[in-house]
Amino acid sequence: MKRYFGRKIVIYLSTFFLAVTVDWAIPRLMPGDPVMNLLSRVSVRAEAAEAMYGYYTKAFGLDIPVWKQYINFWIALFHGDLGTSVYLFPQKVVDVIIMAVPYSIALLVPAILLSFYAGNKFGAFAARTKILDNTLLPVGYLLTATPYMWLGILLAWSLGIVAGIFPTAGAYDFNMAPSFSWPFIFSLIKHWFLPFLSLFLVQFGGWAIGMRNMIIYELESDYSHYLESLGAPRSLIRKYAYRNALLPQITGLALQLGVIVAGSLVTEVVFSYPGLGSLILSAIQNKDYFLIQGCFLFIIIGVLIANFFIDIAYIIIDPRTRLGMAGE
Amino acid sequence: MSLQIKNLVVYYQTLSGYVKALDDVTLSIRDGEIMGLAGESGCGKTTLGNSLIRLEPPMKYIKGDVELDGEKLPIWNSSQMNVFRFKKISIIPQYAMNALNPTIKIGKLISELLSSRKFNYKKIKPELERRLDLVELTHDVLSMYPIELSGGMKQRMVLVLSTLLDPSLLIADEITSALDVSTQKAVAEMLVEFRNRKIVKSMIVITHDISILYQIADSILVMYAGKLAEKASTDVMINTPRHPYTKLLISSLPKVGVRYAEKKLSGIPGNTPLLLDPPIGCRFRDRCPVAFDRCFKEPPFIEIEKDHYIACWKECI
Repeated sequence: MKRYFGRKIVIYLSTFFLAVTVDWAIPRLMPGDPVMNLLSRVSVRAEAAEAMYGYYTKAFGLDIPVWKQYINFWIALFHGDLGTSVYLFPQKVVDVIIMAVPYSIALLVPAILLSFYAGNKFGAFAARTKILDNTLLPVGYLLTATPYMWLGILLAWSLGIVAGIFPTAGAYDFNMAPSFSWPFIFSLIKHWFLPFLSLFLVQFGGWAIGMRNMIIYELESDYSHYLESLGAPRSLIRKYAYRNALLPQITGLALQLGVIVAGSLVTEVVFSYPGLGSLILSAIQNKDYFLIQGCFLFIIIGVLIANFFIDIAYIIIDPRTRLGMAGE
Repeated sequence: MSLQIKNLVVYYQTLSGYVKALDDVTLSIRDGEIMGLAGESGCGKTTLGNSLIRLEPPMKYIKGDVELDGEKLPIWNSSQMNVFRFKKISIIPQYAMNALNPTIKIGKLISELLSSRKFNYKKIKPELERRLDLVELTHDVLSMYPIELSGGMKQRMVLVLSTLLDPSLLIADEITSALDVSTQKAVAEMLVEFRNRKIVKSMIVITHDISILYQIADSILVMYAGKLAEKASTDVMINTPRHPYTKLLISSLPKVGVRYAEKKLSGIPGNTPLLLDPPIGCRFRDRCPVAFDRCFKEPPFIEIEKDHYIACWKECI
């Protein structure tokens, strides 16, 4: 067990190191210059612009060699300093992100957990029920093949613009100030629902299809047939088959996590939802190195932590991995 | 009579038609009898065993009656069969090595299975432990996962579990096939021991290994291409078989004292017919050395001596 976790931690740390390095490098490989972008918004005389350019470049630490910037970046990171945003100057990147993260989490966590639960339950239920198998599962194939933001646009158009039931932009009504009151919370939920629904539906389809195929495989396996021969009731056989079919689904969740997060970022943009997705879009448009870096750093940490929990969950529910470890 | 099968016909449903895997089977097994069921792969041995306990698609019941201890078995109706399964009729499947759910401890599996059948695990546990002693398994296996057991241990575990409710009939399907010879012998002796202790009343031991049957079976039934060929007591079958197929089958077994470097072991030329469209008449006709005109008609399975049944025109004239 100790060796297993030791190895896992080394893997996670090296993944973190590599991902953060890429995260640092990618914005700097983009064409353009953040300071020029910043200055283009103020109209000053040419000499003044030159002086300001020199000042800001120095202030952001962009005047030193790239390898030094890289080392400084890591040093600052260990001090919890993600730098200052160029685009929202002079706000600190950490502060900007902390404003956006709750919205992203409020979208992602319920969408992932609920769709995983409901999709698996439904898939298991639909398998071997001819009517559902022939009607709703094709819909599942359609859903899982749909890109998140495209379904988001469809939902915004149909339920938002045509039916007018849900708002299509923002996290709450523009004429409201954040407060702990029922109207505000209601407005929050109303704005949250459509982006949540588009994330939920696409994933739901995927899990339902996966579970349907997995549970049929388990129900046809030798141990299920043996239980049938011993007259075990359907419910017991299904219970075992469901549990065993869930194992590959959990692996699937770990693999899908990155894709889901990426999808949710785009969905946020569709609904102008003020989470990390919208923030990343503005950061990229403004070539804000520090903000892009910061946002992706949060996503990297989030995905790694979630993966770690899935690893642990797998050990808990599959005795074979546990026993395999004892034999190491 | 413990088990009586009359004119049982079970086919496999396929896209290209019925595969006639079990055609007109009539036989009976006495109380306390261990009947060996032998034949080549694909001759319908396992189909016969399965159709008595778990007749699921693509298997299709066509006709026939099965009676166990005077009670009719509704083999065509899976939910009605549930009452009989495990309590009256039980099976050690061909795949005994994979028969236990891999993600649950064996003790928990047994306890959940028993309570789903309205039995009390706590009350049965002492008996379960005695049975484990009988097959030389430690009681610790109950707190282990199936992957922690060796193949032979799993086989014995399944033997104990399948017979836990003292069924009247046990079907043991190829239970020695995947084991080495010394373990084969031990498992075979355990089967006899279970019968002698009256844990199970009678047994059908399905195997393609006639030498195992010679050690444990009271009678042997030989099947060929979905049909019964010959049934008689073990001694008669081994020493004086009458059906040409049985004769060839027995003569292809190696014998002690014969040097096969000098005399090549003979087999049976030809292959078994496809059961999708079996030949008319005797299905062994094409490979039979003594076939004649009459073999174009189907031979009946009749008693030619006491307890010696045979389906061959040559022998019943």
